[in-house]
Amino acid sequence: MKRALPILAGLTALLLAYAFYEAIWVAPMERTMGDVQRIFYYHVPSAWTAFLLFFVNLVASLVYLIQRSAKADAIALVSAEVGVVFCTVVLVTGPIWARPVWGIWWTWDIRLTTTLVLWLIYVSYLVLRRFSDSSETPKLAAVLAIFGALDVPLVYFSIWFFRTQHPQPVIGGGGSIDPRMLHVLLINWLAFSCFALVVCWWRYRLEMLRRAVDEAESLESLMGVQP
Amino acid sequence: MSSLRSITFATLAKDIRLEWRSRDAINSMLFFSLLVVVIFSFSFDPNAEESREIAGGLIWVAFLFAAVVALNQTWARELRNQVLDAYRVSPAPANALFLAKALGNFILVSLLEAVMAPLFMIFYNLRALGPAWQLVPVAILGTWALVVNGTFFAAMSLRTRSREIMLPLLLFPISIPAVQSMVEATRIILAGDGSARFWIILLLTYDVVFTTACLALFETILQAE
Repeated sequence: MKRALPILAGLTALLLAYAFYEAIWVAPMERTMGDVQRIFYYHVPSAWTAFLLFFVNLVASLVYLIQRSAKADAIALVSAEVGVVFCTVVLVTGPIWARPVWGIWWTWDIRLTTTLVLWLIYVSYLVLRRFSDSSETPKLAAVLAIFGALDVPLVYFSIWFFRTQHPQPVIGGGGSIDPRMLHVLLINWLAFSCFALVVCWWRYRLEMLRRAVDEAESLESLMGVQP
Repeated sequence: MSSLRSITFATLAKDIRLEWRSRDAINSMLFFSLLVVVIFSFSFDPNAEESREIAGGLIWVAFLFAAVVALNQTWARELRNQVLDAYRVSPAPANALFLAKALGNFILVSLLEAVMAPLFMIFYNLRALGPAWQLVPVAILGTWALVVNGTFFAAMSLRTRSREIMLPLLLFPISIPAVQSMVEATRIILAGDGSARFWIILLLTYDVVFTTACLALFETILQAE
């Protein structure tokens, strides 16, 4: 089990390198957008990975509220942290692509806005965890995660209605995708998911170690008080 | 059920009596939202047609900020003399306390709106071109959407450092769909631009979803120490 993580990390590095090669050299050039379209192979896998991690966070939060297990709480914390990082990648790569293709950095389109609100909710989740230092932090955080999950469909509906009333400029998607492009996309998604798993696993071990150290220190100071 | 109702109303009556004697929250909210309205009017300088488009946004943002002032004081009162601890060990249902606090905030913010909305209409020369009576359900549902989550998150932020700043950080992201619905509904009614029905239904959904969530999870938050 101790070996599994370094091995997985090595395999992930190889997979990421292969996915990079596929995305930059192998995938066909998009006819109208040109090379800038290749950011798609980073943007979309990051988005899927971020949403997957936020879903893991919700499940772990529910498990924590039911079972009160410290492991579920650590998983919730870790998935939220890594999810925010991936979500940030999505929000940064999106405008870089949109500027040359749409001619604007940002539009209040349904997917963009929902992703931004999701990012805001999870940043506030991390702020709560940082600002609350009692032993009840996991409980508060788990409750907030549930509120966030309830909020996302409402955000989606509100913007869906708002934007269908006021149509936006060009919005890509909906069309068909070249099978070679899909192939590259799926390889990148696999690579990014493995990368997220490695980072989460590492961070999880760090968090468990940190908690063990905290516990040992407080135990030691308690022992020190006694004569 | 009757104990839930009687405890809710006893707590609510106590809060209203305390507020009536000090008038801390309502005065600071009124003055605060007056300041927001005046500062907005300097930063936009709209004419009547433009203001109809943006007034919905301005008025609700002013109420949202003012509501935070009241919400922050909701639980602070109970921390003095360990009232909240006493409540925790008492057999009274936790939801009675939550409902009383949420209703108290609802009354406070509604009072604020009743005073500020006419003033707002005067300052920005507004007149509803759509069915004005629809502003009433929008105001009721919107206010409840703000205070139900606000009361809940205020209880949550009691357990954190610098809780006064924590409340808006938790409340605003979750309130985005509610604020959007209130603003859009108000804009549509003021500009007489189609039907606000979708937004009112969305607000109602938001209220039902989050009231249920608050009632289901408040016990967990109250017992968190």
